[in-house]
Formats: sequence, structure tokens, C-alpha cells
Amino acid sequence: MKIAVVTFPGSNCDYDLYKAIELAGGAPEFRWHRDTDVGQVDAVMLPGGFSFGDYLRCGAIAHMSPIMSSVVAFAERGGPVVGVCNGFQILCEAGLLPGALLRNDSMKFISQDVFIRVETTETQFTSSYEPRQILRVPVAHAEGNYHADAETISALEGDGRVIFRYVDRDGQTGTGGTPNGSTNDIAGIVNAGGNVLGMMPHPERAVEDVLGSVDGLALFTSLLSQTASAGV
Amino acid sequence: MSSYSIEIRVIPRPGLLDPAGKAIHHALQSLGYDTVSDVRVGKAIYVDLEADSPESAIALTENMCQKLLANPVTEDFNVRIADEVEAPA
Repeated sequence: MKIAVVTFPGSNCDYDLYKAIELAGGAPEFRWHRDTDVGQVDAVMLPGGFSFGDYLRCGAIAHMSPIMSSVVAFAERGGPVVGVCNGFQILCEAGLLPGALLRNDSMKFISQDVFIRVETTETQFTSSYEPRQILRVPVAHAEGNYHADAETISALEGDGRVIFRYVDRDGQTGTGGTPNGSTNDIAGIVNAGGNVLGMMPHPERAVEDVLGSVDGLALFTSLLSQTASAGV
Repeated sequence: MSSYSIEIRVIPRPGLLDPAGKAIHHALQSLGYDTVSDVRVGKAIYVDLEADSPESAIALTENMCQKLLANPVTEDFNVRIADEVEAPA
């Protein structure tokens, strides 16, 4: 299963994503932000990093990159698209996901492991997890504070589109497990079609024992088992 | 055609958490400016461009704000002409 990993100037998790896809049994292929076509692939992933130096707003310049109109078209055809960290910010700027990522409420860049809870396994990104499984994964961001208007938040919650939520190690919310001030402890959401995922934590950095956690791997195996059966 | 220098101000929406504004507010308070009740931090962007009229210069810049310069989810913007230089006839 081919998965395109798009590199923007300033991306720094592109090789991590590439490696994670390989480990999960997929076939990653790099794309450069100036390419105009994602090509014949089964999924597209946008990596973390600091595309274009985070100038103007995180993800704002990257979403104007030549490849993005092809990514948007791929998503509109129902193709799976995943944005991690800066990739999530780019997807919000591109309008593929609602809301925006604001400065962390602490004003600090946060680089640490967090716990997130799988809120639904009924998505192509979480089908290999157990319901309400608690994952240990790293975050590394200064702008991860998810914000959207009340109407959007209630639609996301009502439709079960919040798929990862920050929790403490026991899986509880409201006990300081949210590192950045995100509304409703939101760590990851999907679009209305369920084929576009954005998340601030880094599953690709939790795929081998040597990294301290393997809890991110099932996200990749979930996606690969879907693309194996469906094909886009 | 005239040349216009446009000033664009992009400001976080009122009521939206603005941690930079909050930090500056605290710093001002510790300097003794205890009458300050709120601080918000935005950015100013200066664009020089050519246009037929002040109206079209403003309209063009507002369009840039909607497409790129401001995030409609979190920011408001306003646009004003800072300077206008008529092209020599």
C-alpha cells in the first residue's frame, strides 16, 4: 500500500513518518511540496515540523504549496489524509478540518510524552485499537491548543469526530492531562467524511520499543488494513 | 495607477485566549501600570501595491486577508491606506 509523505521546507518528522509506515508494512513515498500531484497512492500524510518557519501562522504558508491542491482533491475523493502536528495545522489552514491550533495556554513549547484515549475505533485510523485504549505518545509543539467555535465543537462531539482526547495515565480527563489548553481536551479529530485525520501527538514517534512506546503503531496498521481492503 | 502603502492589522478575536497578551499584561502590572485592564497582541503587516483607486487597493487587500493574511477562525483584521503616491502622468 503506497502512502505519500509530503515534505515541506521546515518539515522535520517526514523521515519518522516514512519509517513508521515501513514498520507497519506499507510502502512510503516522499513527495516534495512543489510537486503538483500526489500521484497514485492509497493515502497521504503531512508530517510535523515547522514548515516555512511557522511564518505568518503555523501551516498558513504551507497550505498554499503547489502540492496542496492535489492533496485537497485527493481528500475530496475520499482518500485518507493524515496530518500530524504541523500537518494538523496545515489541514486546518487548508480548510480540510475545522478550527485552528492556538498558542499553548502555558505559552511554552511542550516536548513530553502524554496520554491520549482512543474515543472511537470506528474509523479507518483507529480500527486496530481497543475501544477507549490509552496510548502513551509524545507531543512537541507550541501551538497545539485546539480551538473552534461552540457550534463546531458540539458538531464534532455529536458526530463522534473527536477521536483522540488527552487524559491522565488512568484515562481520566479534567486532571491536568491536557498539556496545551485544548477545548474539551481534544487531541485529534476527523472531518465529516471520516477520511481526514488531524492530531497534535506524534504516533510516528511511538512505533518501536527503543522509542519508549509502541502505542502509535496501530494507527498505521489500522490505515494499512483499510487501504488493503478498499483501495482508493 | 497609484502606489499605495497599506497597513493591515490582524488581531486575535476578543474573548479568545491570548497568552501573549496575558503575559504582557502581567509584566505591565508588575511595572506598576495597575490601571491596565486588558492587553491583546496582534500583528501589523505592511503591503505596497499598485491600484486604480483607494477603494480597489482596500478591496484587494481585504481579499488577501480573507485568503491568507488572517485566520477567519481566530482573528479579525482591519485595513487602512498609510500612504498614497500618484504615478507621474
